Amino acid sequence: MNNHEKDKELQALLKQALPPVQNTELQRDLWPQMLRRLDEHQLHVPWFDWVLAAVSAAALIFFPGAIPALLYHL
Amino acid sequence: MELLERFAAGDPDAFEALFRQHQREVYAWIVRIVRDSGAAEDLTVETFWRIYRARDRFDATGNFRAWARRIATNAALDHLKRVRPETELVDDFPSPPGGDPAIGSELRRHIKQAFLELPAKYRLVATLALIEEQPYNAIAEAAGISVGLVKVRIFRAVRMLRKKLNFLRAEVKAN
Repeated sequence: MNNHEKDKELQALLKQALPPVQNTELQRDLWPQMLRRLDEHQLHVPWFDWVLAAVSAAALIFFPGAIPALLYHL
Repeated sequence: MELLERFAAGDPDAFEALFRQHQREVYAWIVRIVRDSGAAEDLTVETFWRIYRARDRFDATGNFRAWARRIATNAALDHLKRVRPETELVDDFPSPPGGDPAIGSELRRHIKQAFLELPAKYRLVATLALIEEQPYNAIAEAAGISVGLVKVRIFRAVRMLRKKLNFLRAEVKAN
C-alpha cells in the first residue's frame, strides 16, 4: 500500500471515529445573548474608577472644607 | 449610506442587521470545528463581540463574510487551545450506532483520542480538510494562512496521528 492509499485509509478511519457534523443549523436566535454581552460591557466600570470614586468620596467626608475649593475650581 | 459603512461608523442597527444576516453561517462554520453545539453558540457570540470591537478597523469596501469567518476561525482555535482533550471527549456528534462493522469500537476510540490530542492548529486544519472535506482555499482564507501551509499542516497532522495510533496500539498489545 503506498502513502496516498494509507492516507486515504486513515481519513476513512477518522471519519468513522469522528463523522462530519450533520446538523449545522442554528437552533435559536442568538441576538438576545449578543445584546446581553453588549450590555454587560457597556455597564462595566473598571475597578480603578471605583477606587477613584471611593477616595474622592472619603476625601470630601473627612475634609468638607475642601468642597468650596473644589466647586470653585470646577 | 450602505450597511457596511454604517456598521464601520458604529451604527448599532447596522451591527444588528449584520448579526442577523450572518449568525447562522458563522455558527455552521464554528460547529464544524468545535463539534459542540453549546460551545459553538457561545463562540458565535464571542465572534460577533470581536467583530463589534474591531468595527473601526473594518474596511467598508471589503468582504464582511470572509472577515467574519476569519474571526470565527480564530475564536474556534482559541477554544481548541483552551479546552483540554480529556474534557472534550464528549462529542456532540457521536459516531452512528454500530458504525462500520469492519472497524472496531476500540479502534474508533483510539483514533478519536489520538486526534483530540493533536495540537490545536493542526486539529483545526485536519478537521476541516479530512473530516468536513472543506476546500483547501476556503480553509486557508479562514485560517489566514496559505494553501501551501494548509497542505503542510494536514501532512504533519496525518503523520502525528499515525505515530500516536501506533503508540496506542502498541500500548494495548502490551497490556
